[in-house]
Amino acid sequence: MSSPLDARRVREDFPILERAVRGGGRLVYLDSAATTQKPLAVLDAERDYYLTSNAAVHRGAHQLAEEATEAFEGSRARIAAFVGARADDLVFTRNATESLNLMAYAFSNATAKAARGSALPEGADRFVLREGDEILVTEMEHHANLVPWQEVCAKTGAVLRWIPLTPEGRLDLSDLDRLVNERTRVVSFTQQSNLLGTVNPVAPIVDAARAVGALVVLDSCQSVPHMPIDVASLGVDAVAWSGHKMLGPTGIGCLWATPDTLASMPPFITGGSMIENVTMESSTYAEPPKRFEAGVPMVAQAVGLAAACDYLDALGMEKVAAHEAALTAHALTRLTEVPGVTVVGPTDLIDRGSAISFTVDGVHPHDVGQVLDSSGIAVRVGHHCAWPGCRAMGVPATTRMSPYIYNDAQDIDECIEALGRVRAVFGAR
Amino acid sequence: MEDLYQEIILDHYRNPQGRGLREPFESQVHHVNPTCGDEIDLRVHLEEEDGVTRVADVSYAGQGCSISQASASVMYDSIAGRTLDEALESLARFQEMVQSKGQIAGDEETMGDAVAFAGVAKYPARVKCALLPWLAWKDAVVQATEGGPHE
Repeated sequence: MSSPLDARRVREDFPILERAVRGGGRLVYLDSAATTQKPLAVLDAERDYYLTSNAAVHRGAHQLAEEATEAFEGSRARIAAFVGARADDLVFTRNATESLNLMAYAFSNATAKAARGSALPEGADRFVLREGDEILVTEMEHHANLVPWQEVCAKTGAVLRWIPLTPEGRLDLSDLDRLVNERTRVVSFTQQSNLLGTVNPVAPIVDAARAVGALVVLDSCQSVPHMPIDVASLGVDAVAWSGHKMLGPTGIGCLWATPDTLASMPPFITGGSMIENVTMESSTYAEPPKRFEAGVPMVAQAVGLAAACDYLDALGMEKVAAHEAALTAHALTRLTEVPGVTVVGPTDLIDRGSAISFTVDGVHPHDVGQVLDSSGIAVRVGHHCAWPGCRAMGVPATTRMSPYIYNDAQDIDECIEALGRVRAVFGAR
Repeated sequence: MEDLYQEIILDHYRNPQGRGLREPFESQVHHVNPTCGDEIDLRVHLEEEDGVTRVADVSYAGQGCSISQASASVMYDSIAGRTLDEALESLARFQEMVQSKGQIAGDEETMGDAVAFAGVAKYPARVKCALLPWLAWKDAVVQATEGGPHE
């Protein structure tokens, strides 16, 4: 396997990968689509912040508060730059789930306020839904980009539609003209499937949505950590992703949106820090991004995520993508050698990410994962929070390996070797 | 791993006892394990004779891992034909053992094959798998005894 990254060198920055598991075996961590491990640089940045500058940001007249605010807003600019964005267009959330909920709640809150004639930001009409309006998702969505839209429909009378899957696990766009129509108000879809590894074609869906004036939301949880992304060039209105899947800490996620989009959205979580003026009767709200950041924010996590962006940029996102492509090619080839193994998702390398789901004939994924775990191999089992996608592919659940920058061909080979023992344990023929 | 996949468990997984949905029954439940998607449909048939309620049959179908499937099979062996009180005691002993984090080994004398699930207690992620059929059965019994006849 030829790769521009030296995974052994990278691994030195991740002490957790040196620990022993299950009675002394080496840890082979192949669950990075769920969450990545964190390099020392990220841990050090967080610790350093707490050691030297910790304070509540955007308030207080003291030096620490000043330094903390600088660290926080500097991190916002750094993280925005990682995806080619302006700091003012980046909102911090807890995770991508909250980012997507923030978008969904813009619709249900605007609709509820409009019905009562309550004040809304200029341009909020885009977010007011009417009975029979349509929201379009895809059948491969993570529950985080499905359930919030189901809730919007239940509250507003909008109708949920979805782009179905081909047997290979790609989007079936043959009916796109009908699915995106004059009733379509939002199209929200994943850039890269966490279940199938499929990388979706953004441009034709954006073009169809633009033609009918629908707002486009992209779930980029599985793409921002894995490939160079320039959010502005995608042509979408909003992009959501998580920090912890790209070497950053848990508890921080991002929502990028165009300035017009953010400016016309009503707030989601309300309280301190997000206001302009407050009286006993009512309040007015701050400009974005603060309008969407109530309460004392996750400063240390922002500092950690900025350090993660530094780390990834030092490796080079082109090289990260090339390394993962090499690992994916190696894994897909080697999986064909194991009797009874079927890949769920694309088996070629075109528009294919490193999350590789598969089934083992006659053995439940939970049991597959347990046998791999006994050899120190950490994979994810289950429906991967994409239950409808599993049903569409005709499987109740899958086992998924998802390699990243610190994995090499040997990790894949050890997983393949352990997979070869699985069916013998359960006597599957 | 051998702690978890005892030969008794694998035997029940390969040759499940009492599998299949049967008539008659007083209640039927559908339980899922939302973290992994395992599902079970379970029916219970209770009979009363001389003031004693007996578990005349418990029948089930579903899909899931070896632990949940074997657990359903062992449960059938443990409770089918027993009095309801004995069966509820079996449930209590089983639940106590698998939730004990390995502190309670279980008594083969009273528990039979169910004692093989002691190893599951050391794998927190699998405790729910082992309990899925038992908690479905408990729910079905509650419905049958409080909710009246199914038809």
